[in-house]
Amino acid sequence: MADTFTLEVVTPARQVVREAVSEAQIPVRGGYIGVMPGHTPLLAEMGTGELTYRAGNRELSCTAMGGFVEVLADRVIVLADAAELASEIDAARAQAALDRAQKRFANPNDPNVDWKRAQDALERAQVRLQVAAKAGSAAVNAAVTASDHS
Amino acid sequence: MPTLLDFRRRIRSVKNTQQITRAMKFIAAARLRRAQETAVSLRPYASGIREVLASAMSRIENPEQFPMLAERPEERILVLVASGERGLCGAFNANVLRRAFEFLRDHGDQTLEVIAIAKKSRDAFRKRSWKIVGEYVDITTKADLGKAVEIAAEVMKRYEAREADSVYLIYNEFKNVMSQTLRVEKLLPLDRAALATHDKNAPPASSADSVDYIYEQPAAEIFNKLVPRYVEMQIYRMLAETSAAEHAARMTAMESATSNASDVIDALTLHMNKVRQAAITREIIEVVSGAASAG
Repeated sequence: MADTFTLEVVTPARQVVREAVSEAQIPVRGGYIGVMPGHTPLLAEMGTGELTYRAGNRELSCTAMGGFVEVLADRVIVLADAAELASEIDAARAQAALDRAQKRFANPNDPNVDWKRAQDALERAQVRLQVAAKAGSAAVNAAVTASDHS
Repeated sequence: MPTLLDFRRRIRSVKNTQQITRAMKFIAAARLRRAQETAVSLRPYASGIREVLASAMSRIENPEQFPMLAERPEERILVLVASGERGLCGAFNANVLRRAFEFLRDHGDQTLEVIAIAKKSRDAFRKRSWKIVGEYVDITTKADLGKAVEIAAEVMKRYEAREADSVYLIYNEFKNVMSQTLRVEKLLPLDRAALATHDKNAPPASSADSVDYIYEQPAAEIFNKLVPRYVEMQIYRMLAETSAAEHAARMTAMESATSNASDVIDALTLHMNKVRQAAITREIIEVVSGAASAG
């Protein structure tokens, strides 16, 4: 059995990831699933979360929001409504969105708030920040390791 | 005999026209770049969702329970015709509309309803007093997902209410800057065979085809979400392709108009110089013969 499978993350706007990976954690609705090569075929709805995958010895992650995922033995295709790589996330913007969303929840009796939308916005902002923070610390770690070796 | 002044005027007017066509060419080129990007970057998603749907469908046991899969006798057909928003783009609009009318004629014995997408399509159907059940204008200049979702909702509502037994799309697909491909696609009911074979560039089906899926949620629930998304994507794709194709057609048309104007200017200038020379020659002859008779 091959020890990698092809992971594709596509959104209506573009193809975000297309790589041979050996392992992936995918945020489906109601939790995360771990996928290794040769996984049983599976079809699920995506949730909002962080999609991490291992390509070679690099551990990478991206955000994935909504859509569907199809898992086949040698191929995983994620049809996300939106997705971005950690390096593309605008942390400041996500933080601003998070603050906005939290402000909405601070006032739970406001009849003008679309709660579903506010909830989604909150989740999206949290995931973006989480992925961005991890990528940031990973970069710092890499720099530290590099300086240790020098 | 036109005078020099007449020539100058005509040359100036052609030059003005040329300036306009050149400007329109540049505008079309700029819009094309964006539209092409949208259309091309949508393709992986569109073919991905098609594959997922195809393999999901091949695993579903009783397709009759899903309204979107139910084949009914084709009595009422809903046709979505997407043209360009404006003219001055060569035969772009004429081509897609000619194909649409051909299609409608071929299905003359069924009840036909039309949803007109973009102005030129709406105007053409209005003029021939077809039954237009929906019209969406000002949307192909820039493809918008929200609009596509709106159209898809309307289409699915009609299909589910059995106001239409099948739905077709007629549009121009962007092939390259010089040419468009006319497409007539059946959107609903979903056709298993067509879904599976539609995309020749798709990677070969996985080895796991015979294995049954495991579903995180009930199959019907996922399916009922996947299908609307597919319909939305197909319509969005139609808008994106039409948009790119329209800008490409306009750019090409305006480019040839600009070079035509150059040719006309050259011909007129040549002619004008000939007339000018003839006038000078005549004057010299007059002067010379006048001098000769005086001397």
